[in-house]
Amino acid sequence: MKSKFFQYLHIGLIATLAAFVGLSACSSGGGDKNEAEEPELVIDMSELDQKMFEDIGEVKKIFYTMPSPLETAMMIKSAGAEYNEEFLNPVENAANYSTNMSMALNLGIYTCDLSFVSLYDQTEASVNYMNASKKMADGLGILDAINDETIDKLEENVNNRDVIMEIISDTFMNSSSYLQENDRSSVASIVLVGGWMEGLYLATQMVYTDSIMTSKLVKRIADQKLSMDIVIRLLNETKDNEDIQSILADIDNLKETFDKIKITTTSPIQASVDKDSKVTTLSSKTQSTLTPEIFNELKEKVQAIRNKYIS
Amino acid sequence: MVPITSQAQCKGFAKKVCRLELDPYIHDGNYHAAILTEGEEAELYKTFYSDQEYRIAVCGSDNLPEIEFTIMDATKKVIYTNSDNNYSRVWDFKLESSQQLKIVIKVPPNPDTSEEPMSGCVSIMFGLKLK
Repeated sequence: MKSKFFQYLHIGLIATLAAFVGLSACSSGGGDKNEAEEPELVIDMSELDQKMFEDIGEVKKIFYTMPSPLETAMMIKSAGAEYNEEFLNPVENAANYSTNMSMALNLGIYTCDLSFVSLYDQTEASVNYMNASKKMADGLGILDAINDETIDKLEENVNNRDVIMEIISDTFMNSSSYLQENDRSSVASIVLVGGWMEGLYLATQMVYTDSIMTSKLVKRIADQKLSMDIVIRLLNETKDNEDIQSILADIDNLKETFDKIKITTTSPIQASVDKDSKVTTLSSKTQSTLTPEIFNELKEKVQAIRNKYIS
Repeated sequence: MVPITSQAQCKGFAKKVCRLELDPYIHDGNYHAAILTEGEEAELYKTFYSDQEYRIAVCGSDNLPEIEFTIMDATKKVIYTNSDNNYSRVWDFKLESSQQLKIVIKVPPNPDTSEEPMSGCVSIMFGLKLK
């Protein structure tokens, strides 16, 4: 298996034939046989991910897809975060945003907060955050992405989480499709960055100092390194825009810290299908190293960027 | 049958047709759709996270042939292709470790070269399982 795995890789890619040693904050994945007998083939995931972009072909359209605010909030919840409203952007701040950039960033931020409170069945907060999101969408001239009917539907279904999630997903799709249709892709990208940054902020704030090396949330935060190249490529598509340039500078700053996190893989992806559910499981073994020092550096940077975005 | 040739029609198709394919998964809210012509391809790059169950739905408008989609990992190894699965529009999966994956979407070329190639909307959507 290991020699076959090696065939997939280009010569020159990091392939360290050494047992994996290091400060490992987290590990995941299946397969643990023969580890003591044979040295591991350790592959740096960031170099591998870069390889993926090297042969981008002559295709009609390329999509660089960031996690949506809804997916970001779901990741935080599934990692075991407890509900805490004090970290969210207060809805009262909505009145402060008047520029396209601040409204776009905070549409993403409020949509992430809306998803977060809804996942924890906080009904009153859900309505408040939907209203704050509506204010941002209206300010950006996104017609009918969120209308009074949406708010009414939300209020009527406050006890039905599935319906609420569908409403959030629907309103977010309305906003992003409207922006893309109207040649405002840069604004659509800023909305996504806002939501993603809010997710990073909430996640980093919710990690207890004494659990950095064991928290599942820290693993989720380290995994965001895998999205960095996609974020940068997405923003570079509209880099002539001044707002995008400003955000790219923040992302580049953040990347410097993410680059210190090492994510390695020691096995190729194996797919297996569950006969009953028909769900395919992609198994692989990766390890990430995120020391408390790197985590704290990341937390500080994320806090500074996010606080700039909501100010 | 009126072919879909505008972005606005494409949005309607994505919302009214492709989004339904995600059920019972919750659509993540992201919108990806493009007008493609027979013989054209699109690519999508996304990081998928462990502990999350995903459904991908790839749909083409009625005037297009069945759309082929292939999922590749970072080493360009093919993880899944719907051409081995009766051109299914959906694929359900989960990951033990978070991974960046590439999705290649192809509108097969029309073998009859004397005909004008058809264009239509192709939409790619992701669903998440609510826990």
